[in-house]
Amino acid sequence: MDRFKEVKGMVKLKELPREEYFLTGNATCAGCGLSIAIRMAYKALGPRTVFVVPACCASVIHSPFPNTAFATPCLNIAFEAAAAAASGVVAAYEKRGVKDVTVLAWAGDGGTADIGIQALSGAAERGTNFIYVCYDNESYMNTGIQRSGSTPYGAWTTTTPTGKKQHKKNVPLIMAAHDIPYVATACTSYPLDLISKLRKAKEIKGPKFIQILTPCPPGWRFPTEKTIETGRLAVQTGMWALFEVEHGELKLNGPSARLLDKSKRKPIEEYLKGQGRFRHMTSEDVEVLQKWIDRSWEKYKKLQSM
Amino acid sequence: MTQTIMDTGNHIAGYACRAARAEVIAAYPITPQSPVVEQIAEFVEKGKMDAKYIRVESEHSAMSACIGAAAAGARTFTATSAHGLALMHEMLQWAAAARLPIIMSVVNRAMGPGWNIWADFSDSLSQRDTGWLQFYCADNQEIFDTIIQAYKLCEDKRVVMPAMVCHEGFILSHTSMPVEIPDQSAIDEFLPPYNPAWTLDVDKPLTHGSLIYPEWYMEFRYFMHKALENAIRLIPEIDKEYGRRFGREYGGHVECYRCEDADLLLLSMGTIGSEAKTAVDRLRNRGHKVGAARVRVFRPFPKEQIRNLAEKPRMLTVIDRHISYGMEGPLFTEVKASLYGNKETPLMAGYIAGLGGRDVTFLDIEGIARKSLKDLKTGRVEKEVKWIGLRK
Repeated sequence: MDRFKEVKGMVKLKELPREEYFLTGNATCAGCGLSIAIRMAYKALGPRTVFVVPACCASVIHSPFPNTAFATPCLNIAFEAAAAAASGVVAAYEKRGVKDVTVLAWAGDGGTADIGIQALSGAAERGTNFIYVCYDNESYMNTGIQRSGSTPYGAWTTTTPTGKKQHKKNVPLIMAAHDIPYVATACTSYPLDLISKLRKAKEIKGPKFIQILTPCPPGWRFPTEKTIETGRLAVQTGMWALFEVEHGELKLNGPSARLLDKSKRKPIEEYLKGQGRFRHMTSEDVEVLQKWIDRSWEKYKKLQSM
Repeated sequence: MTQTIMDTGNHIAGYACRAARAEVIAAYPITPQSPVVEQIAEFVEKGKMDAKYIRVESEHSAMSACIGAAAAGARTFTATSAHGLALMHEMLQWAAAARLPIIMSVVNRAMGPGWNIWADFSDSLSQRDTGWLQFYCADNQEIFDTIIQAYKLCEDKRVVMPAMVCHEGFILSHTSMPVEIPDQSAIDEFLPPYNPAWTLDVDKPLTHGSLIYPEWYMEFRYFMHKALENAIRLIPEIDKEYGRRFGREYGGHVECYRCEDADLLLLSMGTIGSEAKTAVDRLRNRGHKVGAARVRVFRPFPKEQIRNLAEKPRMLTVIDRHISYGMEGPLFTEVKASLYGNKETPLMAGYIAGLGGRDVTFLDIEGIARKSLKDLKTGRVEKEVKWIGLRK
């Protein structure tokens, strides 16, 4: 099982296991970013992984009874309950001497930023030894594209038909404020970075939180072959920053490490124009969003130099 | 060695949790439940109990953590009251449908507003249809014995369902009584380690609780119903076995007191049932043939046993510590429903008493009984449901 051990620095493509634990026959949409994230997570963590999945796209796409697309055990649980249920699994394994299993809570952005944030905060505060992944498709996609706390400013959803008036909630920084050993962000367009972060998380004891941006063609209104490109543009424009926070120390990494200088970031329009959800935005709206991005990066700059 | 200790209902629930060798406890404090979780914390931290204790941030998370732990193969325990139980509601449904034999001590307390921390059954009876078994205790010894029995019953492969073991806030929760704690080895013999049929095991991977379409859903609900039907059969068996081993049994579903030749039967749950014995004795001394039947298990409901009990008496009077608004007391409803189809049914009356911790004394119960004796004389019940002790 050495293949699933942490490698120092970035994992290389040829080092990835060939085994697939996210099986064929799952019910993801064409071009689904989430399905890439699950596949990569399995390649990072290996077969001794137990999923805890609340109501979200992942709960629907992996297992219409009596089938399952997960080759390892999975506990489905109610919407707000992933982190709490995972706490119970971890406690039971600790009590029963099960040591080599990774407990992975795998929730969407609604289940994390909104309804599940209390249980997540509690589990983090208690020092629960687990990985919590929020796959962030920036809306309640499974229920039909409703706005969440993680939906960005301006985005159309079915409950923000004229565009969201508030900015995206920064859950990774909220989790960093819990002073847990490891917080990271990732994006399915950068799979080696994603896998490296998951492997790193696996070797750390205590609560680990990773938020993965997973572009969603039907929800974001872009063609199904543009998933990777859309995620890249999110990172290149600074709309999504790749970083790690280890015991309070923030470090931008991957392509984001070079983007502190504002002139290196692509203008936000390049990201917006490819997605139908932003189509109605006025130039003033675009300016509001651009300013928010710039402010966010000022914050990252301060946090990185701390 | 069997030990007799003097302690409160809440602490005794903690002792039962330890005696059952619960492996994971997840709980959140609420009045009047708090001393249960304090007692367990004390046991765990002082090394007197080998368990993981998760101090969760809400009751919703308490039940969610119990579900996670039970699914991963651990024997689990939690405790709550009133609003805590209401907050758990979603996860109560989940625990039952996930077929996890979690045992919970419910310290009965009224629901707000206005805030009221005292006893009634509005909290647990509102959870009637979650699939949880519900036991109601009348003294501290029964709390201990019922928790142990509940693990045995709920982990039985014919049941595999969760149970709440209820006792009334302050009346029992904070009242000390002598309780026999049997020798641990005897309890271990009665209650072997939890051996679930399926767990979250990477070597035997299974997906639990997956998406289920209409063509399969109903069968799973039918199996839950069958499980509770099995439980109704097993409850007296387990009670008898417990009695053989430890010298105490509770009559299975219903504890009967001087019922054999009774013309009037007083039915109730919890401590009203033990208070009713005093009223029965006083009335018997005056030549009235009155008996008391205390219903110990509300779900599954002992229909058959109630039907048998109702054969001889000429009147059944039901005292409820809860009101189903717009209807009547829930125990009254169930008793009436159980008798449907009997050739002859006795007169019946329902009383609402003791909401929000209002005292129900043997004199109150005697008053209720005297009204019923009057009804018996006239052969008709003047008003089917009456509230006791309402301010004018």
